[in-house]
Amino acid sequence: MIIELGHFALILALAVALVQSVVPVIGAARHDHAWMAVARPAALAQFLLVGLAMAALTFAYVTSDFTVINVIQNSHTDKPLLYKVSGVWGNHEGSMLLWVFILALCSAAVAIFSGNLPRELRARVLAVQGMISVGFLLFILFTSNPFLRTANPPMNGHGLNPVLQDPGLAFHPPFLYLGYVGFSVSFAFAVAALIEGRVDAAWARWVRPWALASWCALTVGIALGSWWAYYTLGWGGWWFWDPVENASFMPWLVGTALIHSAIVVEKRDTLKSWTILLAIITFSLSLVGTFLVRSGVLTSVHAFAVDPARGTFILLLLLVAIGGSLSLYAARAPALQSGGVFAPISREGALVLNNVLLTSAAATVFLGTLYPLFLDAVGGPKITVGPPYFDTTFGPIMVPVLIAVAGGPLLAWKRGDLLGAMQRLWIAFAAALLVGLGCLYATYGGPVLAVLGLALAAFTAMGAVVEWTDRVKLFRIPLGESARRALHLPRSAYGMTLAHIGLAVSAAGIAAAAFSVERIEVVKLGATLDIGGYTMRLAKVDEIPGPNFVAEDATVEVTRNGALVWVAHPQRRFFEVQQQTTSLTAIRSGVFADLYIAVGESDGQGGWTIRAYHKPLISWIWLGALIMAGGGIVSLSDRRWRIGAAARQRGAAVAQAAE
Amino acid sequence: MRPLLAALALAASLALPAMAVEPNERLADPVLEARARTLSKGLRCMVCQNESIDESGADLARDVRLKLRERLTAGDSDAAAMQFIVARYGKFVLLNPPVEPATYVLWFSPVVILGLAGTGIALTIRRQRRAAAAAAPLDPAEQTRLAALMQESDS
Repeated sequence: MIIELGHFALILALAVALVQSVVPVIGAARHDHAWMAVARPAALAQFLLVGLAMAALTFAYVTSDFTVINVIQNSHTDKPLLYKVSGVWGNHEGSMLLWVFILALCSAAVAIFSGNLPRELRARVLAVQGMISVGFLLFILFTSNPFLRTANPPMNGHGLNPVLQDPGLAFHPPFLYLGYVGFSVSFAFAVAALIEGRVDAAWARWVRPWALASWCALTVGIALGSWWAYYTLGWGGWWFWDPVENASFMPWLVGTALIHSAIVVEKRDTLKSWTILLAIITFSLSLVGTFLVRSGVLTSVHAFAVDPARGTFILLLLLVAIGGSLSLYAARAPALQSGGVFAPISREGALVLNNVLLTSAAATVFLGTLYPLFLDAVGGPKITVGPPYFDTTFGPIMVPVLIAVAGGPLLAWKRGDLLGAMQRLWIAFAAALLVGLGCLYATYGGPVLAVLGLALAAFTAMGAVVEWTDRVKLFRIPLGESARRALHLPRSAYGMTLAHIGLAVSAAGIAAAAFSVERIEVVKLGATLDIGGYTMRLAKVDEIPGPNFVAEDATVEVTRNGALVWVAHPQRRFFEVQQQTTSLTAIRSGVFADLYIAVGESDGQGGWTIRAYHKPLISWIWLGALIMAGGGIVSLSDRRWRIGAAARQRGAAVAQAAE
Repeated sequence: MRPLLAALALAASLALPAMAVEPNERLADPVLEARARTLSKGLRCMVCQNESIDESGADLARDVRLKLRERLTAGDSDAAAMQFIVARYGKFVLLNPPVEPATYVLWFSPVVILGLAGTGIALTIRRQRRAAAAAAPLDPAEQTRLAALMQESDS
């Protein structure tokens, strides 16, 4: 019964979405308040309905209702509750439902928090959201329905892939989707602005918090996925330039460009059509990512949906959404007037440089990801584009990005002083030199490029610090005065400083990966293995039962200079239902290095394969991502985004202006 | 989403719970072994989703690893050993696609894109600066609105 309710709710949501995507647009064109007013309740109703569907499916998973095919295929009664719930989105149908649910959530958020938007803009934004929703609801209902039942329910389900039964992964898809789908709001704003034919500082100010929030979620989502790979796969890899990873990374790159260029629109009233284009591209790349992952185009056996109907449907959806918005862009963008003029060397100039580099980087990733498919489709040779390609092309583009991140904020709007900025950066140059020489000395004979990378990261981080000291006039005015200034700096300034430092921290972690040391040995019980100044002794291996697996639990005593520093418990887990083995690594994360131990197979003669790694600064990669996202959140908390009396006043002014 | 795929890739190789390079495959000579590891990182595991044979636990990856080591032990140079593998499995196994007519677009596009974007931006900035004198300022209604906005951000 509950399942049918969920199913009906989803069908009803489609009906509401149709209304939401048609009525408000007509209303906006005719300036009919009643018709426009439909958008808000429609968005809220849709959220409730899709939420109901989501709740119904979750209920089926939690109660292990094996009359539902989707539950049979992906759940099992023995699974812990967390993974019963995360199983909802651990499969194709459920993850599409999550996609639409988050879309509805975003629409509802726009409906609720858009009190200060001009009526026409709000109506159009919500209508565009409704259109996207129609597309995806049709997709779910016709090709990927999670509510289908079977008349002959089995005694138990097939269970969820054990590798997915992990807390990090339970939360990875929701964050990723929040980012992906959140960019639909910027997209909707862009399309609405194109229909209206006007983009101004106010528009940028409305769209930026949405883009920023999506960007934060996407940053966290990507970091979670990468961290999961690091501790799960058993050999410490954390990024593979896999098409599916790239699918989430491309919107991140262009989204990063978007949140930067929207600043220029807001502060300087220029770069408008470019910002609109970025908003369209960011969400288009999210859609392309969905297509890549969901259509099974990526190659054969490993993709989920090896169903041509699904692929064709998403491709069609993609063509309509991207083709439609780009055509609208081509027709309307030339009419967008640009205001502020700037010299190439200026804050705007630096932000434009950042945009060019980030979008080129995204284009490179796009090319590398799709080229083998393209070549295959036109009958060319079968080739593989792997990590070496991305390292050679993507890496060099990131170098000027890191330099621009340090220098750009020091330039003034309109016309900057490059020499002056470089002089103010002397301390950053010094830091880079110090770090570079220090690392070169410490790792003499090691990879020089990695040392340069670390020096660059130091430069970027110090650049962000210099920018902050400039703002508070540290040491140029009395300290108390500086402290007062520091307290009164806008939160968005702190957000930027944090995000830029976070980027430098991540960059340092990535560069330092080159210094990672690996040892793979068969270790007998009681024998030892030396790595990175530590001695690891395999004390014992026990067999212990888990909720839905049996684990081989190794006890590894780690000593340094004879003193016990850590007792590690890496495990190999065998999952009965799926007949699969997974590895639970033991990781001791430190500020300066991680120790990483994975236990492999027994050799049958009292020895086990031990994989041990000493990875300097590796945790900085994810720490940096968290700092970046934190910077975004700090910036979001800036008072100017908050809705208050002033905003209402602004709404009134806007309403006047619109008439 | 990558993890889901990784999981499936992993699932495909799970019949054999081995992970990547095993101790018993290794060569006694550390220099040869280091060369083998470096080369392995550039070779694709044919049955996996975007994994090198160095990372993969699949049977086929192990075969290629052993074959590669065999060639190196036999005295092949790096290039010769790679050529042997490519002759056997095709260019598809190279994670770093060779620069050849079919991949010119792939390899040269990043430079072309950067160049085009840079030129485009430079031209736009110049055009805007030229047109600036002619550009009309904000109309009064927009001025008021902007003033209201700026005031709010200052307060």
